[in-house]
Formats: sequence, C-alpha cells, structure tokens
Amino acid sequence: MDYHFYLARKSQALRARARLTQSLRAYFINRDFLEVETPLRIPAPAPEEHIEAIPADGWFLQTSPELCMKRLLAAGYPRLFQISKCFRKAERGRLHLPEFTMLEWYVAGFDYQKLMAQCEELIRSAAAESAPGSLKRSGRSISLTPGWEKLSVAEAFAKYAPVSMETALAQNRFDEVLVEHVEPRLGAVKPTFLYDYPASLAALAKLKDGHPAVCERFELYIGGLEIANGFSELTDAAEQRQRFDEALKKRAAKHWASYDMPEKFLQALDALPPCAGAALGVDRLAMLCVGADKIDDVVAFAPEDL
Amino acid sequence: MYTASDLRKGLRLKIDNEPYVIIEFNFVKPGKGQALYRTKLKNMLTGAQFDRTFRSVDTFEPADLREKKMQFLYKEEDKYCFMDNETYEQIYLTEDQVGDAKNFMTENIEVEILLFEDKPIGLSLPNFVDLVVTEAEPWAKGDTVSGTTKPVKVETGYTIQVPTFITEGEKIRIDTRTGEYLTRVKG
Repeated sequence: MDYHFYLARKSQALRARARLTQSLRAYFINRDFLEVETPLRIPAPAPEEHIEAIPADGWFLQTSPELCMKRLLAAGYPRLFQISKCFRKAERGRLHLPEFTMLEWYVAGFDYQKLMAQCEELIRSAAAESAPGSLKRSGRSISLTPGWEKLSVAEAFAKYAPVSMETALAQNRFDEVLVEHVEPRLGAVKPTFLYDYPASLAALAKLKDGHPAVCERFELYIGGLEIANGFSELTDAAEQRQRFDEALKKRAAKHWASYDMPEKFLQALDALPPCAGAALGVDRLAMLCVGADKIDDVVAFAPEDL
Repeated sequence: MYTASDLRKGLRLKIDNEPYVIIEFNFVKPGKGQALYRTKLKNMLTGAQFDRTFRSVDTFEPADLREKKMQFLYKEEDKYCFMDNETYEQIYLTEDQVGDAKNFMTENIEVEILLFEDKPIGLSLPNFVDLVVTEAEPWAKGDTVSGTTKPVKVETGYTIQVPTFITEGEKIRIDTRTGEYLTRVKG
C-alpha cells in the first residue's frame, strides 16, 4: 500500500478529530473540571465478564481509567475528566480498535439523569466546531437539537426486538438481540439514550432506588453507534466486591486471565460521595463528525498499518 | 481447531460435516457485552448462503480442503472426467459441481480440482482462457459505431458479447471470473 498517499488522504478526518478533542477538553476546562492523567499500566483492572485486559510486564494495560479516577473522587476531587488511551484484548472490527481513545468524566452530586443532560450539552458543544448542528452516519444526518430520545432498555426491546428484554435475558441472548435488532435502530434521527439496564448488567452502577431489578446505567447511541456509557456510581464496597467476585468466577469458567481484587479501590469506595460518571468513545464521535464508515478512517494508524 | 478470533473473510470451516467459506465477516460488541462474530457463510457443496453469529467461546473445525492440478479429459452424459497427469488417477465431477466453469473448459485444459476430505467437490479455472469463435454474424459494412457489441458462440457452446470486428475462426481471450471478453488473440 502507498502509505504516503493513504495518510495524506486522511488529512480532513485527522483535522476534524483534533478539533473535536480540543473542544471536548475546552468544555470541561470551562466548567472547572480538573484534567487528570492516571497510569495506563495498572496491577488490577476491574474484573468484568466481557472485557479482557492486555498483560504488560506482570500488570495490565487499563481497559478504562475508572478505578483510579474514582479513588481521586473519593479523596475529595469533585469534578474530574481525562482523555486517555484504553486497551482491550481481541477487539477489532469496523467500530473497534484494541487501542482506542476514551473520554471519561465524573461529577460529585450528579445522578445518571443529570449526567445524560450533561452528555447532551457536551456533545452539542463539541460538535459545534467539527460538525455544526448535526452528525453524519451512513450518509444521513442526525440532528442534535435539544430533546434527545430516551428509551428504557425494556421499552427499546418491546419496540424493536422480536422478544422482550426478560425473555432475551432468560435465554442468555441479550447481547445478540441488542446487537441485531435494537442497536441499529437507535439514534437514527436524533441521538437516543438507552437507560435502566437489567441489574445483572450493572457492572459498577448503582441499582435503581425502589426498582432493584434495574440499575442506573445509560448508553448513548447516535446513528446506531454506541458512543457513551454512564452510571450513577455504586458506592457500596461490599456490593461491589460481590459483583467483582461473580465476574471473576465467570471469567475463570472461560479460562480468562485472573485479576487480583482491586483492594485499594474497594477501600476507597466507602468514601466515594454520591456521583455519576461516563465514558465516551472519542474515535466513534469523530467518525460521526466526519461521516466516516469505519474507525480506521479517524485514526492515523490502525494496528494493521504499523 | 479455530477459535472465534481466527474468524475472517475467506476462512473455510467444517460445520455439520460440510465445508463452508466465510464470505462476509463483522466483529460486533456492546461495550460491556460479549463479543459477537457475525458471518455470512456459503456452503461449498450446495452454494447455499446464510447468516450466522458466533460467540467468543465457540470453536471451529477447519475444513480439510486442498487443491490438485488435473486435466479435463471429456464429458460423458452429465459427468465430467479429469485426470491427474502424474498418477493417471481419474475423478468425476457432476454438472452442478462444475457449474459455470463448463462454459470455458476445452479438452485437455489444466484446472485446479478442489478436494474436501479427499473427495472432489469443485474446480477452479485459470483466470484467462483462449477460445475459438465458432459462430459469428459477419461484420456489417457501415457499422462503424465504436463500443457496439454482438453475440458470438465459442467452441464450448458459450455465447459471449464481443466487439463487432471479431469474425468466425478467430481466437479470443475471456476472463473466467467475470465471463467477459478481454481481447483478440493472434495466431
């Protein structure tokens, strides 16, 4: 391949991407958030059933900066953000890079509802420079005017899937049905928040007050792309330990790497104030700004180019 | 044994004792959900295509497929006979297994026979073959519009669109992948 020509042709996308990260950063700096840099190489990633970390000299490359950022929050930093590389083993596709760029932010005193509103404001503000008024996917534009759609996961399954959320969960087909029938329909005209995930998919989210079958977790979809994931954070160390234990057992059953329990994070968790946080895929948002078809189009080098 | 992370376009798998080739492949994964490998598979015996989604825990048996150079000898009723020029072993393919390749096969042409578990299941042709035009309407005087074509019949019985200047008895080169005329061959 003629890489000189190939890279030169990416100029427009790389410029739009740079403007996007600059405006994301500006949004937080203007609102008195502290930008932090936490280590990329960590001894104990959060045990999750479906996310595998890449080993690095006895430790691991982070799959997300979540644990370190929450330790800072627990120590009294109320508004934090970070734009960093995250690494996930064996994730490669049109929308996946094993090394990708994540924006992660936390706000003390917020719950997931307030965070959804902030997410909307953030994306509108960040896109204002790179893609004024609308984002693009598959040649169609998606309007960012206020009043984004909100659908609970159960409602979205009822609306788009051939089976209910409960049935899909009972048949262990939640992800298949979500990917095949629900995701492609989300955020087609304007962005859609999918919220109130089943409690079994809570990860590090708090269960919903008065409705323990679901958790206070949301995902933002734009043009069928999963862009951001956020929750009202779980602040109960005992419950978090139990969830990590379950995830470790499931990981062991499929012979995935065993992680040490992130003890320092769990110790800090009891001091974590009520807060909410979200992670946003910067590469995918850049794709929407330039109307790119695949994630390779918005990074200078995909792994295969190296 | 293949695992899900080996899956890619073009990979050949054995499923329910039949060989399949992956003709479309896409990795999908909700951020916190499980990795899914969406494929479109083509059955190499029947040509039937279908969509199938695999999970990261799935494992796959490779299809035992290999290719062997053989010479086309003759057609007998609906069977095509081929011979290995080193061992003189002869094998037969059915009309269905030969498929569109029959349009481009002349006696003694060398082809790649595809074997699945040592049984012949199909063949692939050289990308280009030269065939003699056996029937063609004469060139009409005054027909000077360039880019116009006419149908001619070649020695295999196949009818193909060619430029109007091609005449009966000439040899033409055909791309076997598209079935289209490429150029006139001298000599």
